[in-house]
Formats: sequence, structure tokens, C-alpha cells
Amino acid sequence: MASLDDLKKRISSVKSTQKITKAMKMVAAAKLRRAQESAEKGRPYSDKMNNIILNLSNGISDIDNAPKLLSGTGEDKVHLCVVMTSDRGLCGGFNTNIIKKAKLYFQKILDEGKTLKIITVGTKGYDQLKRLYGDNIIERISFKESKNVNYFDADKVGKIVIEKFDKKEFDVCAIFYNQFKNVITQIPQEQQIIPLKTSEKEENSSEDNYEFEPEEDEILSNLLPKNISTQIFKAMLENSASEQGSRMSAMDNATRNAGEMVDKLTIEYNRSRQAAITKELIEIISGAESL
Amino acid sequence: MSEEYFVEIVNPEKSFLSKNDVTEVVVPAFEGEIGILKDHISIISFLKPGIIKIFSKSGEESFYVNDGIIEFKDNNLSILTSLILNLKDIDKEKISEIQKSAEEELHKADINDQERYLLDQKLEVLRSIN
Repeated sequence: MASLDDLKKRISSVKSTQKITKAMKMVAAAKLRRAQESAEKGRPYSDKMNNIILNLSNGISDIDNAPKLLSGTGEDKVHLCVVMTSDRGLCGGFNTNIIKKAKLYFQKILDEGKTLKIITVGTKGYDQLKRLYGDNIIERISFKESKNVNYFDADKVGKIVIEKFDKKEFDVCAIFYNQFKNVITQIPQEQQIIPLKTSEKEENSSEDNYEFEPEEDEILSNLLPKNISTQIFKAMLENSASEQGSRMSAMDNATRNAGEMVDKLTIEYNRSRQAAITKELIEIISGAESL
Repeated sequence: MSEEYFVEIVNPEKSFLSKNDVTEVVVPAFEGEIGILKDHISIISFLKPGIIKIFSKSGEESFYVNDGIIEFKDNNLSILTSLILNLKDIDKEKISEIQKSAEEELHKADINDQERYLLDQKLEVLRSIN
């Protein structure tokens, strides 16, 4: 059995770990509130953008002449995956979940004999992917310096994606991120952004006769790149809320576990202290008896 | 019959402004300014850098926008923009900053005519504010 001194040291070290996890939980909770707010505030923009694009793509008469960003290159050979993760660790299964989802997709792509290219956003994703897919990673981006998620960071990623698309470096682009549901649940998402999937096409196909200025095609070709940045921005907002939520619950668990550990160690400490005392008493008594 | 309608301006971060007593909005559309009154035909257009003017019962307001897209439908006007500033409480430094980066961009060799046109527009508007 460990000596009393050792136990004492362990108790105090677990206690200080608990202090750290508790503080991290509080910080995450405060940040979560802000991240959640901005995720909610950001929704109208991306929703409206989606709506307009829907209306526009319905209005397009000649599908063959539609911008490539909408209809795709007509091929399906090279897939670009943008994997969005966090820059910091200690947030539970947050990054692992995204990576797991992404790896499934990667495997599918590779099994089908297609080419895979990866862009990682956030350092944690790169760390986890570099061993298996190091050769596939063509770009790694990190926004460690920016404190809050902002649109211009998202725009940077969007511009890189579009630039690569214009150079015909890939055919299909998908983004991976965690959708924030609540503090406990974050759902890893895979979203295809190029070519754009308009799933709700039918229900919204009312006879809205819009006046366009300039022409539909021109608006679309200007709007689609913006939409990509917007989708990425949305993903980043969801991601940052998820990260904080995930960190909060992870740290909450850690604090609780540390508490349990302290309790267990304290009992062990008390027991061995009592044992030592009893042993000494027995020694004294038997010593006295033998006289 | 009232002559007012609803306008909402959103940027990626938040819903910037929403008003339901607007009588006219003038936006810097790509092919020239458009004034939108109530019961305008449904329209989608995108914006070049310029000034949005909103006339409402409570007065007139002006905003600088970098770019954007507008949608007008059923007397709802939505303006989506990535950068918007209220001219009333504008920050001179911020304007100069945008102006500077636009100027730098303009000197790059690899921009096309459309970009050049937009940048010129931007600078012109920014100078007029400053």
C-alpha cells in the first residue's frame, strides 16, 4: 500500500487538476453562450442566401449554361474535402467525431478509385489526419489568431476553394463540421457545397416571377462564390458553438471524476492512517503486557 | 392605404437592421441606383459598393455597403451584405483602412475589368464620404 505521504501528494495533485478543469468548464460555458448567440444570429443570412439561390436556380431556363458551381463539372473524379476542426484540444470527442465521419467518406472515395484532396481548417484536424492521409492534404489553414469566428476568415477559405475549382483541381467539394444541437449532442455533418445540392427544389417552385438585374446567369455566377463562403461561415459558427459545448461537458465530466477520485483517495488515506495508529497501539499494548 | 413596407438588412454576423415603416429604399444596384417603393415587382439584384438610403416615417438613414444582394418580394425587402456601416456614426479610420486596401487591390496586375470597375466605384464612394 502506498505510504501516507504519497497519498497526500496524490490527493493534492488531483485537487489542483480539478481546479483547472472547473475553471475551463466555466470559461467554456461563458464562451458557449456567445458562440451560440452568434450562430443563431448568423442563421438568417445563410437562410436568406439559400432562398435567393433557390429562387434563382428555379428561374434558370437553360441548365446547360448554368454556372459550373451550380451544376458541377459533369465529372466525379476528384473530391475535395474541407475538414473543419478546432485549434485547441481538451474538448471531448469533438474533433474525433468529425475525423471519424470524414475518414468514412475518404475511404469510400478511395475505394471507388477516385482522387482525394483534403483541406484542413484547424490544427487538430491536421494532426489527426496527417499520418494516414498526409499525402492527400493539399492545404492547411488555421485561425488561431482570430479570437472570434468572423466572416473574413470564412471568406478566405471560400476563396481558396473557388480558386482551386476555377483551376479545375477538383469536381466535387464537401465540408465536414459539427452541427450544434445542444450542449451534450453535436452531430458531425457532411455537406456538399460544389456542385450545390438544392434538395428543397420542388416545394419552392411557385411561379415567382422575379425581375432580374442584371441577368440571372450573371447574378448567379456572382452569388454562388459568396454562397460558398457563407456556407463555410455557417459551418464555422456551428463548429465553434459545438466546440465550446463539447468542451464544457467534457470538463464537467472531468471535474466530477476528479471529485470521485479525491473521495476515494481520502478514504484510503484515512484508512491507512487508522491502520497505522491501530498498529502502534497494538505494539504498545503488547509491549506493556510482556513486562 | 399605407405606403410602407418591411426592410431587413442582414450581414453574416447578425441581423443588422429591420424596419417596417419604410416608404422608400434607394440601393446602389449593379447597373445603377434603384429606388424601391411599395408594391414594386419582385426583384433580385446585386449591389455595387455605394450608399443605401432608407426613407421612413422616422427619418432618413444612410449606410455604406461594400457589396450585397437584394431581394424584394411581397413587400419584403431583404438586403444581404458582407460589410455595412451606418453613415451617422462612421469611423473615419475604418473608412481609410478600406480605402487603402481597395487602392492596393487596384494596383495588382491580375484583376479583370469587372473587378477594376467595382474597385473604382468603391474608391469613389469612399472618397465622397471621407
